[in-house]
Amino acid sequence: MADIALPSVEAKSSRSEVIAFVLMVGFFIVAPAFIYPVFLMKALCFALFACAFNLLIGYGGLLSFGHALYFGWASYLTAHSAKVWGFPPELAILTGAATAALFGLVAGSLAIRRQGIYFAMITLALAQMMFFFALQAKFTGGEDGIQAVPRGYLFGLVNLNDQTNMYITTLVIFLAGFLLIYRIINSPFGEVLKAIRENEARAISLGYKTERYKLMAFVLSATLAGVAGGTKAIVLQIASLTDVNWPMSGEVVLMALVGGLGTVFGPVVGAFVIIAMQNYLAQVGQWVTVIQGVVFVVCVLLFRRGIIGELANLLRIRL
Amino acid sequence: MKRLVGLAALTAALMCGTAQAQQITVKIGVMSDMSSLYADIGGPGSTAAAKLAIADFTKANPNVKVELLSADHQNKADVGSSVVNQWFDVEKVDVVVDVPNSGVALAVSEIARVKNKAFIVSGAAASDLTGGKCNANTVHWTYDTWMLANGTAKALVKTGGDTWFFLTADYAFGHALERDSGAAVEASGGKVINKVRHPLNTNDFSSFLLQAQASKAKIIGLANAGGDTINSIKQGAEFGIVRGGQKFAGLLVFASDVNALGLNTAQGLTLTESWYWDLNDANRAWTKRWQAERAAAGKFPTMVQAGVYAGVTHYLKAVVAAKGASDGKAVIAEMKKMPTDDPLFGKGAVRADGRKVHDAYLLEVKKPAESKYPGDFYHLRATIPAAEAFRPLKDGNCPLASG
Amino acid sequence: MFEIFGIPSQALFGQLLLGLINGSFYALLSLGLAVIFGMLNIINFSHGAQYMMGAFVAFFLLHYFGLNYWVALVIAPIVVGAFGVLIERLFLQWLYKLDHLYGLLLTFGIALIVEGLFRNQFGSSGQPYQMPEQLTGGQNLGFMFLPNYRAWVIVLSLTVCLGTWFIIERTRLGAYLRAATENPTLVRAFGVNVSRMITLTYGFGVGLAALAGVMAAPIYNVSPQMGAELIIVVFAVVVIGGMGSIMGAIVTGFGLGVIEGLTKVFFPEASNTVIFVIMAIVLLVRPAGLFGRRA
Repeated sequence: MADIALPSVEAKSSRSEVIAFVLMVGFFIVAPAFIYPVFLMKALCFALFACAFNLLIGYGGLLSFGHALYFGWASYLTAHSAKVWGFPPELAILTGAATAALFGLVAGSLAIRRQGIYFAMITLALAQMMFFFALQAKFTGGEDGIQAVPRGYLFGLVNLNDQTNMYITTLVIFLAGFLLIYRIINSPFGEVLKAIRENEARAISLGYKTERYKLMAFVLSATLAGVAGGTKAIVLQIASLTDVNWPMSGEVVLMALVGGLGTVFGPVVGAFVIIAMQNYLAQVGQWVTVIQGVVFVVCVLLFRRGIIGELANLLRIRL
Repeated sequence: MKRLVGLAALTAALMCGTAQAQQITVKIGVMSDMSSLYADIGGPGSTAAAKLAIADFTKANPNVKVELLSADHQNKADVGSSVVNQWFDVEKVDVVVDVPNSGVALAVSEIARVKNKAFIVSGAAASDLTGGKCNANTVHWTYDTWMLANGTAKALVKTGGDTWFFLTADYAFGHALERDSGAAVEASGGKVINKVRHPLNTNDFSSFLLQAQASKAKIIGLANAGGDTINSIKQGAEFGIVRGGQKFAGLLVFASDVNALGLNTAQGLTLTESWYWDLNDANRAWTKRWQAERAAAGKFPTMVQAGVYAGVTHYLKAVVAAKGASDGKAVIAEMKKMPTDDPLFGKGAVRADGRKVHDAYLLEVKKPAESKYPGDFYHLRATIPAAEAFRPLKDGNCPLASG
Repeated sequence: MFEIFGIPSQALFGQLLLGLINGSFYALLSLGLAVIFGMLNIINFSHGAQYMMGAFVAFFLLHYFGLNYWVALVIAPIVVGAFGVLIERLFLQWLYKLDHLYGLLLTFGIALIVEGLFRNQFGSSGQPYQMPEQLTGGQNLGFMFLPNYRAWVIVLSLTVCLGTWFIIERTRLGAYLRAATENPTLVRAFGVNVSRMITLTYGFGVGLAALAGVMAAPIYNVSPQMGAELIIVVFAVVVIGGMGSIMGAIVTGFGLGVIEGLTKVFFPEASNTVIFVIMAIVLLVRPAGLFGRRA
């Protein structure tokens, strides 16, 4: 397997990653002092979402254009279980994540039957189908969504209605997800994934059941997207059609692309850039989609490595 | 995020005379859909209407200083709720106005309740805002689904349209519209023959229209909105529905939809509104001012925008009565206590559940030949008195109504 | 009159015909996608936006220049096709050496820009477009009332689809095109300007989308978002058919229109999801699509 592994600057690389990680955590600890915490929490949820998406494209080479399905349905199930069934927040988020995992398993086993752009179109079509179900199902509240989701008490103890507690919880969930993804990428499983991305036929000839690896990656990605969606539902106390509709799938692609596909920190940066754009450009509201489109075009033509990818390339380190 | 509209200069200039009056500062946030689906109904036109209301009010009450912010919720409930959270927490906004899109409005209403601020809805249609999900911090001004469905259904049954076929968008909103108007049809002695549920954003309605045609119902009730309504009517004309003697009833149709259809296709369509720019001289005069403020001579204000003007006006009066805007609940209570009176909606009242009640108008779209000037869309067919126009207080399941 | 599953047979014939008309749009759009994919190996995500542009160009021509529907049928595809050529020259041509996914992402970005600009300019409630006088009214076929316009849609769409198929599969030009898809270097060696051929192919595919847009203008709401959702359904159609063959795209388009039409009668609530369900089934049974070759 050694000959397929990505060429890398091993010794220096892990140090640069550790430094970047420490900087990132440091930033998130001091940030609430000068940035509005609700905005930060929302961005953290999307950062985890983008990281989960990136696991699939960046390391498995699979472009999913339907990740809103897992994000959105998880946020519905989390919201519904917290509000109607009275689940505590941790259990509600798990319910959402389990839903996403289940959908990921079904959609994934269909989608991996085709490669490349077909894969993208299939994931998009399946997501659109589930969007229509979400629209018609009673419990989702149609256009109104599920409102006033209670934040509740974490493990029955920590009051999440307190902004600081909620922030810490969100940060911990994000970091746990982030580290898990990092662990997956650098595990033997991750190495096989990268091998499949580079040359699937070769991986098959080496005896790997590539379909199984791809499906596994798909389910993992969907589940983590579900954790992000569930956490978002608790933080913003809302689950709505926006989360499950196709522009959301496009947005997460954009986040990963802007930050840098296949980089560890890229999706986080990308998510913050895009969410900040949406939030702080609301005064030019009508231009948001146009700007997003321009960013897409510019990234594809000029900055295919994304912000972090270009930076890593410049400094010759791994990020 | 915000567009500060300083009216400080105007206020300062008028300060002199009333030095003894207490200085009151109010911060108003207009949140609307500035760019997509509802931008023509509310949008920048709502901001313009709020500006007019503030200018009129501060002229008469120089001791009140008003700041205005505006934002675009992009029809996303989470964008809307984060902006409103930020407005309340950081910008110290006292009241949020407009918010078309029921999903966003319900979210904002909940935040206003938790943070004890005020919320004046004009653009959203959900009757739940003053029903099961009502609260003491929200006033719903212009219209709601119950009013639209009920007004149109009752009036049509009375004029002979007693058999109905519903073309319903298959999601919660469409179901609610169908349920409310179906009940009104049957209460007035009509009969619902059948219905078909079509998916949201359907392109081709021909199949459903043939089913409607085969039902021989006199009225085809369109329990859908936006593009779906437009497509139904457009293709209905193609299949000769109206020529065949059947009639469309739009249960949620706005002037902007009529404009998209063109009078030629839309003629004969019956709908309900609570305000129409060409109804009387006061409305026409206000329309001129609005067009100047909006810098859009060819556009006509909608009932939603008129509702923003009237809602802000009444809110500001209540702020003066409550001697400050900081306690949202107290201001809303004042709004309910004092009768409303403004140039656009006349005299009226805000009920215990937060519902503003006023007359509604049954309108019919003119034939192209009858339309004399731009914006001349409707014949006034009937006036529904305020007492009948809205859902009775006891039927809404609003806890505020019983206590 | 006999009944099938409780539906009078006459009504059923009517619905079948309507489904076929509906399928005309799917066929035209998936045909355009297949043509572009065949040459450029790019999935044109902006296809929906270009369909919308076709409808809007027809609207402009009528309202600002007084040029009627028939003129629009010719001019709109040319104008929008030229826009496509511009896109190809400015952007797409730099991506051929890269992963196909970048083409998808780029055209997605273009779709966002175009739809956003149109929404800013024209709002979202839509524009009126009158049916051409010659095609108003309809025929009573006994089992249904068939508006003339619908009959025209089906005839025009079939003609264009079969014409395209003929050009690509049965003419010398088509042979060059197919050869260039298989082995561009070799064809270039024969002195054919392959890159111009690619550009024009993209323009042609986009023109087909615009033509569908003009055809839609008199019956569907002309609004900036009219293509966005349609394109996702067309993607599913393309996955079902497989993009290997032109005829496959045409047959699947019409066929799925009929199936969707029938669903509207028997189970209207599912009429927007039925195509996706079929897609899932086809993927289980024949992963390469009905007419596709295994890659």
